[in-house]
This record gives sequence, structure tokens and C-alpha cells, in this order.
Amino acid sequence: MADKNQGLIDQKWHELNDDGVDRRGFLKCMAWAGTGLVWTMSGGIPVSRAFAKNTGKSDGKDGDFSFVQISDSHMGFSKPANPDVGATLQAAVDKINGLAQPPEFLLHTGDISHLTKPEQFDTVDQILKGASAKDVFFVPGEHDVLDDNGKSYLERYGKNVQGAGWYSFDKRGVHFIGLVNVLNLKSGGLGSLGAEQLEWMEKDVKHLKHSTPIVVFAHIPLWTVYPEWGWGTEDSAQALAYLKKFGSVTVLNGHIHQTMQKVEGNVTFHTAMSTAFPQPQPGKADSPGPMKVPAEQLRSLLGITDVNYVRGQHSLAAVDSSLE
Amino acid sequence: MKRTSTWVASLALPVMVAMLLVLAGSPSVTANDQPSAAAAEVKIDNFSFGPQTLTVAVGATVTWTNRDDIPHTVVSTDGVFKSKVRDTDEKFSYTFDKAGTYPYFCSIHPKMTGTVVVQ
Repeated sequence: MADKNQGLIDQKWHELNDDGVDRRGFLKCMAWAGTGLVWTMSGGIPVSRAFAKNTGKSDGKDGDFSFVQISDSHMGFSKPANPDVGATLQAAVDKINGLAQPPEFLLHTGDISHLTKPEQFDTVDQILKGASAKDVFFVPGEHDVLDDNGKSYLERYGKNVQGAGWYSFDKRGVHFIGLVNVLNLKSGGLGSLGAEQLEWMEKDVKHLKHSTPIVVFAHIPLWTVYPEWGWGTEDSAQALAYLKKFGSVTVLNGHIHQTMQKVEGNVTFHTAMSTAFPQPQPGKADSPGPMKVPAEQLRSLLGITDVNYVRGQHSLAAVDSSLE
Repeated sequence: MKRTSTWVASLALPVMVAMLLVLAGSPSVTANDQPSAAAAEVKIDNFSFGPQTLTVAVGATVTWTNRDDIPHTVVSTDGVFKSKVRDTDEKFSYTFDKAGTYPYFCSIHPKMTGTVVVQ
């Protein structure tokens, strides 16, 4: 395992060198390295890579674990961008089951279904049953709350949640917060958390020690990626203000069907690939609609995010892997 | 289409021109400026409503058609009308019985906005 990790480090540094990262880019990478992530640019897209110093070194030590984020399954979508989203979700599950360090659980950051239909949720639930990790924690995407304001989503996934579906839980000393930012959207606006949820969140984190690692997950990015396409959340600044006192905050989002990362102070933001279809880079197309790519390229643009928590590390390390 | 043609036959010439342009789907200033008495269309393409501002006469029925690969909705900002989610090629119609300005948006993608002006 140790050799493998060293190999990964070498490979990543090799890739960095090969990517033609200039001095400025290299310094950025160093900044990332300090927080457990290395930021490389691949085809103009920032791609997260584990800075593998301790990543994956799970030797049974109490506290070290990993989980996997999957996102945007869009079950029911059947347009040319991906006529078989069931097969690609299954490929994601196969990928998860093949990970060297089995994840303890999965996070699904929304757009489980394409049209909020029971049979679409059923299919996803069925496919995810095949994953080695049995626990799946969901938050809704806007495609999961169509027409019924989230009623059917809550009936299925809302057992231990508050309000419109937000909740928190603790795993091995890490505090996880699942947020809902896809309801009550205002004309011309972005994603929205709303006053009730913000109030709950403030109370939820109040009692926690500053040293508690925090993971926040929600569908629409909680940082402004590209407001012209609605890729942001209008009241996320308030939510992040409640997290200022914590040393390590990792924010995991979906919605934009591509990986992006940003570090701002104590907070690392990360978006995941979809398991269904890719979307264009911000502003690089007429609209954020599904991006059609040659069939043989599709699976290289879909994927999962493996997140490693190593006790004593400042931050969590996220590794994005495509389906092939 | 057949029924629309019958309606068109009973209308004055400038209105006919405007309507035909709307039906042909051509982005046209004429179509935006001239009130259409009976029916008008808004097409949803690339996450936008076209035309973004549509002017119709009182009593007109406006039909929205989603031509994107992604579902959208047509929701009045003031709560006057609200479509169910419309997937690819699905339509929503609303008849405007009162003059006024009706802003609307897609409640799934709220950056998508449009206005119907009823004269």
C-alpha cells in the first residue's frame, strides 16, 4: 500500500511537471498541497488530485476512513448525450466496489432522478444496493423536487431530516451537514437555502469544537461558479459565516456535471462529475445543457469522487476518478 | 395548424403577418411589437424563452414549447399561472383574459426569465 501511495505521489508530480505548470501555477499547487489537494489544470479544467502523502493509508488506525461522493445520476434521462444512464451509474458502482480502500458510505449530491418519478428513484436505489458501502446519504437536486415541492423526495429519503430535507450526522469525529438549496428559487436568482435552514445550521454547529472537521454537501455549488448559468447559491455566504471558526471545512457539490475546486481560507470547495452526462465549462456553450461528446469519450467525463479523511491531517483529500 | 389558419383568415393583414412570423418561429421584431389577437408561441431553446418579451391582445392564448434536452417550467412571478414540468417537446398554454404585464420564469432554472405583455 505504501509503495502504491509513493507511486501515486510520483505519478502526480510527474503529471504536474508534464502539464507545463508555470511558476505561478506551481505555487498554487503548493498551496493546495498544504490543504491535502493538488490542483492541476487539465484542458483548462481544474482537476483535483490527491496529494497522496497520507492518503489512502488506512491501516485500521482509528479515525481514518473514506467515503465516496456520487452526483447527478439523472435516472430517466435518455437523450443522445447518454441514452443509458443506468449503465453509467452501474459503472460508477463497479468503480466504487473496486476501490483499494472500501468507502464507509456514499453521499449522493442530488439529481438522483431526471423527472422526480418513483420508478426513477426505484432504479437508482436498486443499482446503489449493489455498492459495497450500504449507507447512502442524499440531498435533493432540482430534478428531484419537480412539481411537488419535494414531497415525494421526503417520503422516500426524509426519515431523519429537518424541514425540506436538511440534516447532519457524525462519522468518526467528522461532522457532516446535508443542505437543500433547490427549493423556492426566485425569478432571476440562484440556489437558495432560506432563513429556516440557515437558522437550523447555526444552531447545529454552535456546540461543536473548532477542531471538528466539517463536511457540507448540497446540490448547487455553495460558491459562485458562474452566476449567468445559475451556478451558485444566493445566501451561501451566511452558511459559510457559521463555519468560519472551524479549522477544516470541505464543501461538496454537484449540479454542474464537472469537477471544479477552490480554496478560500479554511474552506475547500469541490464539485463532482455526474454519472449521467457532462455539461460544458462555464460560458463555453450557449447554455449549460447536456454536452454531447463522442460515445467513446463519454465515460472519461463521468465519474465519482473518493474522499479520504486521515486523522491529524488539516483537510480531507478528494480524488476524482472517471468511469474509465 | 389547420385551426390556426381558420383564425388567421378572419384577422387584419398586419396581424396576419405578425402571427405567421411567430408561427414560423422566426425571431422577429414585428412579432414582438404587434399584438396578436388569438394565439402566439414562445419557444424554449438553450435555456431561454424566445421571444423573451411577447406582446399579445387580450384573450390570446400563448403556448410555450420546450425544445431543450432538459425539462423546464413556465411560472408566473406573480402567481398568475404555473405549468407542470415540461420535458422535451412538451407544451404549456395559458389564455390571457386581462391586460397587463406578466413576468415569468423557469422555477428549475430561475435565470431563465420572460414577459408577456397583454394589451
